[in-house]
Amino acid sequence: MTKRPPGRQLVLQGNEAIVEGALAAGCRFFAGYPITPATEISEAMSYRLPAVDGAFIQMEDEIASLGAVIGASLAGVKSMTATSGPGFSLMQENLGFACAAEVPCVIVDVMRGGPSTGLPTRVSQGDVMQARWGTHGDHPVIVLAASTTQDCFTTTVRAFNLSEKYRTPVILLADEVVAHTREKIYLPRPEEVEVIDRIRPNMPPDWYIPYEDNSRGVPPMSVFGDGYRYHVTGLVHDVRGFPTERQDEITAFMGRIFRKITQHLLDIQQIEEEMTQDAEVLVIAYGCVSRSARRAVREARERGVKAGLIQLVTLWPFPRQAVEPVLRRARVALVPELNMGQMSREIKRISQGATRIETLNRVDGNMITPGEILTRLIKM
Amino acid sequence: MAEVTRLVHKYLRHDKKFPHVWCPGCGNGILLGALIRAIDGTGLEKDEIVVVSGIGCSGRISVYVDFNTLHTTHGRALTFATGIKLANPKLNVIVIMGDGDATAIGGNHFIHAARRNLDLTAIVVNNNIYGMTGGQYSPTTPYGAFATTSPYGNIEHAFSIAELAVTAGAGMVSRGTVFHASMLDELIGKAILKPGFAVVEVVSHCHTQYGRRNLMGGAVEMLRLQKESAVRVEKAKDMTQEQLRGKFTVGILADRDLPVYTQEYDKVREAARAMASGRERPSGAI
Repeated sequence: MTKRPPGRQLVLQGNEAIVEGALAAGCRFFAGYPITPATEISEAMSYRLPAVDGAFIQMEDEIASLGAVIGASLAGVKSMTATSGPGFSLMQENLGFACAAEVPCVIVDVMRGGPSTGLPTRVSQGDVMQARWGTHGDHPVIVLAASTTQDCFTTTVRAFNLSEKYRTPVILLADEVVAHTREKIYLPRPEEVEVIDRIRPNMPPDWYIPYEDNSRGVPPMSVFGDGYRYHVTGLVHDVRGFPTERQDEITAFMGRIFRKITQHLLDIQQIEEEMTQDAEVLVIAYGCVSRSARRAVREARERGVKAGLIQLVTLWPFPRQAVEPVLRRARVALVPELNMGQMSREIKRISQGATRIETLNRVDGNMITPGEILTRLIKM
Repeated sequence: MAEVTRLVHKYLRHDKKFPHVWCPGCGNGILLGALIRAIDGTGLEKDEIVVVSGIGCSGRISVYVDFNTLHTTHGRALTFATGIKLANPKLNVIVIMGDGDATAIGGNHFIHAARRNLDLTAIVVNNNIYGMTGGQYSPTTPYGAFATTSPYGNIEHAFSIAELAVTAGAGMVSRGTVFHASMLDELIGKAILKPGFAVVEVVSHCHTQYGRRNLMGGAVEMLRLQKESAVRVEKAKDMTQEQLRGKFTVGILADRDLPVYTQEYDKVREAARAMASGRERPSGAI
């Protein structure tokens, strides 16, 4: 047997790795608006997409960008946009549309310091709650976080796969440090990458009921132009997609779009663990902070502290079933984040007082260093 | 079978729960008829057509017609349509918006879609008011007119939608009224077949929310006013400013052969492929 040539090893920045991940996942449409620190994603997409018969367009704002992304996805093309905090705020309206109309798409938010124009070139994790609750109304959402350049690739692929599988927008949270760090990355060959495509209807068009429930809670999605003419709306709709105000139909609709996420929680939730088996002192981190945390935990072990790390990859829905058993075993958990405590609040809620939760917050536009975490671990 | 019955059977949805949401006498029904007749005239298949609409009374048209239909967020219809067209240029995308939808909340999207000259058909139904929310003044409410948010008279000045589209760079721009229904068929048909961004401003009326507050009578009186105020573009050329006061032009205001976005993007693809295959060196600072 001849040995297959391996993938490529390159030095890339996180933003470029996100583009590579998107292309590997089958993304062929990108619409965006320039914003620091996400702009490199637009630039790379404008260069790469036309060469693979895809399309790139720079829209007039972020509202329009997500609108175009949803439109392209409805026409059957995997689509993505990328932005940072202020632009992400503008996208919230159409993000709700994508949730309600169940249109797969990926939104990358490279977080920078906020609120408002804030610290455009500085790192932050201030959009964790915006990603969860930014759009109006009750809605399910999937949010993932990347912590390294390699992560940027794999998590982007995963974002597309989850989005296609569950017909829902997926938000990928990167941050300024992850996006701009240049480091070694292994780019796998196309056949090494698992790619999931949305299930499309195969029944005769007359039989197609576009929003009919099934055991997965995810109806097959037809593409504009392939013969299944149907109606797509952001209004609460019945199984045929037509607006409704009937209580039974509203309840069924809301119930299904939540259920399709909650019943697949085990598939959606993802965490990385390091030395958690016997950990008495736990660090729970995500994004760039988990890199500092990883080093701090290793150094704490060298000093005899039984430390362990949970790195959250799925932020929302919160990976409760994965985190809870580890959290129960620990005496105390530290949640370092580059915000005033957006995720530690959720972890306190999960812990219900069983394990003490401590916070380490930094909002001055700089990274939390391994030393800061280590000092706290030793004191704990 | 009567022609109208054939069109109703062919193009309206049978599985949609009628009646529609519009008031008796509304211009949206006339527009819906004109749209269907125009599409029938083009010979396009139903599967090839996507009808995208915004929010408001006119935005509800999409739910009744048997095409690929998309009812978007307020003002954003053109952005969704942009994505659809770029993802599948074979689809014929028709966008229906109201005056507030297209020129207030969606004003920026409107001028940029025109500037790009992307191959879309944009129908803007102008009834001078936000009808669905109960009669607030819009960017096309005339100076001095009464609305629920201008109880002392409107102090803002109105956009002229068709002229705005001409200036912004649309390939084709026309204006019709719901009174001149057969002319509207023709204008919409030409707009659909036009490569590039084609705008049809449809002067309509809202007797419920606008006419009533401004003592303009009911639907019949407001339709009569459209008849009296409309001047054909060709005729208006020979009229003085004084003669045109209080009137508006109908017909095709602009029909230009400008570069179409999808064709331009094909050139981008060709250049990108050439560069990727090493046939050409990158020219930009990439």
